[in-house]
Amino acid sequence: MAVIKVGKENFESEVLNSEKPVLVDFNANWCGPCKMLKPILDEVAEERSDVKIVSINIDDEDELAEDYSVYSIPCLVLFKNGAEAKRSVGLIPKAEVENFINE
Amino acid sequence: MFDIIIIGAGPAGLTAAIYARRAEKTVLVLEAKSYGGQIINTPDIENYPVCPHISGFDFATGLYEQTKALGAEFVFEKAVDIINGEKIKEVVTEKGKYQGKTIIIATGSENRKLGVDGEDRLIGRGISYCATCDGAFYRKKTVAVVGGGNTALEDALYLSDIAEKVYLIHRRDTFRGEEATIKRLKEKTNVEFVLNSTVTSLNAEKRLTSIEVKDKDGKVTQLFVNGLFVAVGRIPETQNFGKTVNLDESGYVVAGENCITNADGIFVAGDNRVKSVRQLVTATADGAIAATEAVKYINQF
Ligand SMILES: Cc1cc2nc3c(=O)[nH]c(=O)nc-3n(C[C@H](O)[C@H](O)[C@H](O)COP(=O)(O)OP(=O)(O)OC[C@H]3O[C@@H](n4cnc5c(N)ncnc54)[C@H](O)[C@@H]3O)c2cc1C
Repeated sequence: MAVIKVGKENFESEVLNSEKPVLVDFNANWCGPCKMLKPILDEVAEERSDVKIVSINIDDEDELAEDYSVYSIPCLVLFKNGAEAKRSVGLIPKAEVENFINE
Repeated sequence: MFDIIIIGAGPAGLTAAIYARRAEKTVLVLEAKSYGGQIINTPDIENYPVCPHISGFDFATGLYEQTKALGAEFVFEKAVDIINGEKIKEVVTEKGKYQGKTIIIATGSENRKLGVDGEDRLIGRGISYCATCDGAFYRKKTVAVVGGGNTALEDALYLSDIAEKVYLIHRRDTFRGEEATIKRLKEKTNVEFVLNSTVTSLNAEKRLTSIEVKDKDGKVTQLFVNGLFVAVGRIPETQNFGKTVNLDESGYVVAGENCITNADGIFVAGDNRVKSVRQLVTATADGAIAATEAVKYINQF
């Protein structure tokens, strides 16, 4: 499945009410490490069906970034059953993204 | 077996790969994270010849694509050890082992941590190592910068245009940075210097709420800040190679401009080498030299 773009209007339905765990990628266009992480997340999203991966642009969605206390990007937050389970800040390689989802 | 194994896909390692491939040597590049190195963090490079403006991401991507097109192989694994055999050298990664005739260590450097309790947990929750990356989150907020070199001064200046208030904390009363920057900072009404002081604790609930600083007389002050930008220098990523090549007391690989280390057939390139200017041009220059020396080394057998 491809990475889905999420905003305030569909955050609840796509993330909070999701049956599957959701990996949320907070990012911005001006952030180099975010752009490096993007193809990695695209790959993981295509390969796995047990997790949904969504992307949130913090410039367009500053309220969501504020609500979830995102103060550095890239920031990956894993949601399970509508709640934050854990987060990881900074660029990480594919193997670590997979571990982050699995553990 | 590869002719040349390059550890690190930053500007130095990638440039070494270009020179090595053009000399028709087989090349494996090992990278722990993602190609590009430190430079991907900067939105605008203004001092690389011929490029008045280019983003770090575009610079890194262009360099990576050039290297790939020339036929260098990439494996995204972190090198943890080198086994320095006489003819065959091995790089041990977290997942496997790779054999080469020569090795170029181009592992660059990483941010030095402050070393205060709770620091790691608060990264992205108030602690940052990159003002140009994370400054935008602190619009109209109060922040502190800790450090005494050019990076700290420039970070404070940059943040003073975004944040409501900036504390600049330094353990001495004089800075190692440029006079002009110091002068500009002193003219800023929202920048407060906190000198002869060190950060001793970080207070947080969900995120950083305040820090404590101690001055040289032992007086402790609490500063309410939303963000703390740590700019206390960088450390070379050479921990795994200290038994193979000589390092100086700060951990930089000892080698001259020819990039030749004390270990036969092992070369160094980039920010992790003993040198006075650590920039893209010097990193890419090292890459060219290290690869050329590696090619010479291989061709003598
Ligand atoms: C915010 C910022 C802005 C900057 N702006 C400029 C600028 O405008 N102009 C300029 O000239 N310079 C600038 N610099 C400096 C420039 O980025 C560095 O001089 C340059 O990147 C050094 O290149 P390098 O290849 O030696 O090391 P690095 O860029 O550090 O690359 C090293 C690579 O090796 C990898 N690595 C490390 N250890 C291992 C291991 N054990 N196994 C495998 N891989 C490993 C790392 O993940 C990294 O990708 C800036 C630096 C920063 C941080």
